Amino acid sequence: MQSMRDIKRQISSVENTKKITRAMKMVASAKLQKAQERAENAKPFFTKTKQTLAGITGGDTQDSHPLMEEREVEKVGYVVVTGDRGLCGPYNNKVIKKVEELTAARDEDVALFAVGNQGQRHFKRNGYEIISEYLDVPDKPGFVVAENIAIEIMELYREEMLDEVNIVYTDFESVLSHKVEVIELFPIEPPEQKEDAENMSKYLYEPSAGAVLNSVLPQYVTNLIFGSLLQAKASEFASRMTAMDSATENAEEMIDDLTLSYNRARQAAITQELTEIVGGAEALE
Amino acid sequence: MATMNVSIVTPERVAYESDDVEIINVRTIDGNRGIMPNHEPLITGLNIGIIRVKDGSGEDIFSATQGYMEVKPDEVTVLVGSAEHSEEIDVDRALAAKEEAEERLEKKHEDHIDERQAEIALEKALNRLQASKHHDFDQFE
Repeated sequence: MQSMRDIKRQISSVENTKKITRAMKMVASAKLQKAQERAENAKPFFTKTKQTLAGITGGDTQDSHPLMEEREVEKVGYVVVTGDRGLCGPYNNKVIKKVEELTAARDEDVALFAVGNQGQRHFKRNGYEIISEYLDVPDKPGFVVAENIAIEIMELYREEMLDEVNIVYTDFESVLSHKVEVIELFPIEPPEQKEDAENMSKYLYEPSAGAVLNSVLPQYVTNLIFGSLLQAKASEFASRMTAMDSATENAEEMIDDLTLSYNRARQAAITQELTEIVGGAEALE
Repeated sequence: MATMNVSIVTPERVAYESDDVEIINVRTIDGNRGIMPNHEPLITGLNIGIIRVKDGSGEDIFSATQGYMEVKPDEVTVLVGSAEHSEEIDVDRALAAKEEAEERLEKKHEDHIDERQAEIALEKALNRLQASKHHDFDQFE
């Protein structure tokens, strides 16, 4: 049996851990509120953006835009959106697993764009080719971050360094439910035409198809990336909050158990002392 | 009179949504243009500019940044980086931004990216100031 002093030391160490996890939980939940608000506010924008794709690509044009050009795939790019820090439950791992699964299934060359330290570190260690890194993304990701990522990918796609690009991020459905999603960014493909498409007239591009697509396609991609970043941030905080909440609960349970054994040890010590005193007194008689 | 559904959506919020819009004026990459109900389906890019929407209850004015617009006969969707209603524009902030941008432009820059950014900032600030002055729309007609 452990001595009282050992147990006491253990209790105070678990207490300290609990303080930390509780503080982290509180920080995460405060940040989550804001991130959730942002993600929810951005959701109409995100869904509208996806909806307009049919319009953007369904226009009256013969020659396709370089960004919509489909070619034989030699190299695939993945934008991997993870968090910068750990201690957030399975959040980072789920994304990493998904990417590993996806890349394992491809015969083509694979290159990554790592958003967030966690993914970057993991894939670097495992010898993946990382084209560029976007680390320390602020808790409130600016539109600029998404723009920078979009510009870089577009450049590589245009130069035919990459023939397909996907983004892997965590979609925020609610505090308790988030799942890893994959969206294809390039080539920008027109969605399948529905049956009633025939009576829908074709979209006009004004002033010209080229000019409109040049202006609209990059923004479409940027919007998608920006939406993904916001979703991912909200998921990260929600995941961290849940993880830290259960860590705090576990710590409490541990403290309860330890307190129980501390009391038992104390009781045992008292009993022993009493027996010793009684034994001593009897010996004197 | 025919009406249409118009929504102006930014990453931060839905800035405007209405079912009974009579006309919407925007600045496209090709110049200003007004869209009325039953317009042919159209996709076009938008420049930094003022958006005016007229519905049953009156006219709303927004200062908007770049984006694009999808037009269907009964529905117009405007997706822009930001859109501020003329009444919520912080004039002091816009003025400060304008001065800062002008200052940055005055310094000769080797870096063209910086210069371009300053130009965009200036354009945005001027646009906000313009939108905040309700009466002063003659130049947009």
